[in-house]
Amino acid sequence: MDIGLVQVSHISRSFGGHLALDDISFTVARGEILGVIGRSGAGKSSLLRCLGALDRPDTGHIMIEGHDLTALPQSQLIGLRRRIGFVFQHFNLLGSRTVAGNISLPLEIAGVPRARRNARITELLSLVGLSDHGHKWPAQLSGGQKQRVGIARALANAPALLLCDEATSALDPETTTSILDLLARINRELGLTIIMITHEMDVIRRIATHLVILDHGRVVENGPTLDILAAGTQLPVTQALLSETQPRVPPAIRARLVDTDRPGARAVIRLRMGGAAADLPVLSTLGQRFGVDATILAGGTSEIAGQPFADMIVCVGDYSAGIHDFLHGLDPSLKVLGYVPADL
Amino acid sequence: MSRLIFDLILRATWETAQMVLVSGLVAVIGGLPLALVMVATRRGGLLPCPPVARLLGLVVDMLRAIPFIILLVILIPVTRMIVGTSLGTTAAIVPLSLAAIPYFARIAEVSLREVDPALIDAVRTMGGTRWMIVRHVLIPEALPGLVAGLTVTLITLTGASAMAGAVGAGGLGDVAIRYGYQRFNTEIMTLVVLVLIAFVALIQAIGNAISNHLRHT
Repeated sequence: MDIGLVQVSHISRSFGGHLALDDISFTVARGEILGVIGRSGAGKSSLLRCLGALDRPDTGHIMIEGHDLTALPQSQLIGLRRRIGFVFQHFNLLGSRTVAGNISLPLEIAGVPRARRNARITELLSLVGLSDHGHKWPAQLSGGQKQRVGIARALANAPALLLCDEATSALDPETTTSILDLLARINRELGLTIIMITHEMDVIRRIATHLVILDHGRVVENGPTLDILAAGTQLPVTQALLSETQPRVPPAIRARLVDTDRPGARAVIRLRMGGAAADLPVLSTLGQRFGVDATILAGGTSEIAGQPFADMIVCVGDYSAGIHDFLHGLDPSLKVLGYVPADL
Repeated sequence: MSRLIFDLILRATWETAQMVLVSGLVAVIGGLPLALVMVATRRGGLLPCPPVARLLGLVVDMLRAIPFIILLVILIPVTRMIVGTSLGTTAAIVPLSLAAIPYFARIAEVSLREVDPALIDAVRTMGGTRWMIVRHVLIPEALPGLVAGLTVTLITLTGASAMAGAVGAGGLGDVAIRYGYQRFNTEIMTLVVLVLIAFVALIQAIGNAISNHLRHT
């Protein structure tokens, strides 16, 4: 039985009376990409420091590959840290070493002989798409290139787990996409388990297969990303985090929304569908089967963790009970936001 | 300029260079480890032990507080013990070194303290030991600053070595005092000052070049 690569059980950590981590438990299976999200101060950094064995929780246990991080003596922690790769927000490359020298460092620390080190560096440079940059100094690279070096360095000792601390937060949107693609490819090709700490929901939506939401040091949601996003949670924390990437009713229409239906009015509905339902041509089905016109006001279909997910606000004319049942069958969390009177 | 004066100044320059370079070397050998211990034992350092950091800081400051001319005199018995004499260039290296060690240690400490702690964390996450952090992060990352600090130390030593000349250490300071000042020989005085200016400018230029080369920007 695979009990999971990482098992976090009931860890707590406080700093000077402030409980930064409060009874946190979750497991990560081999090959997963777990996104850990929360607002600043939610305990993300404290959790990451505990996972990376840089800090010990006051209570609770963290098991990685069957070893209890919280029980190991310092001397053995050093060995276990070499099984964990770390990717940092600000790259943390040594300015005194070239790109190749930076990737070489974890190998030198692990005592890999020079010939094998050089072969591994060549391999890693090609994996992250920087084959011609080995001789350059970090100061000569762009942010995205620096992060690629950071990723190559984290992968040097073929770790069992990759911890990413806001790995894309210092990058522009285009570079973020390329770094996320690289991480997703590494996850796919090497089967590497990744834990991504972030405050950006967009990062989670794009690559995290599983999700942990932290708030005030507690886990408030935990499960497959698609399930949590599709379920339409009622938790204010989750809603606040989700709202940044969710479609909104355009202000001009929002101003005209009324609570009750009246003849000729059109219903404004928020519709979320994961899996197979997301690919259905819902709007044209409404037109053909019910003879009503339906338009998308905001949102659309995108991918979450590689699966299609529709999240949109639609406007439907002559909203009948039949239409409601049909849509409700597709999305149990469907919500009628209001009605817009005729002349729209 | 007569051949005699030329030889006099050439020999004095060589003596000054010897005093400055040897005591500069001793300053690095003694001061860098001292600076590393001071940085490591600070609160939040690699091996936190604040009482040790405070004690070393106190000793360093005490040594730096003693005026060099006084240090020269106080150390005469010690110099006799080590070198066998209290006169000459070799003898001057003892007080110069003792003054330079705490001076360079403080400058080195500042450079080492400015190394980004995130880099130290990064190497800790790779499973690096304290010694690996010192060897692969602290010293290489602080190296441009350490070289700049050594440049300042060497120039300060040049000034101090001239002072040591007053008590029979030889070197450019000795020539300036005996020939230039006591015999009112303006030519020699001017020459010595020009040589000292060139000497200091050369040290600064070499220091800047090395430090900039190490910055890899």
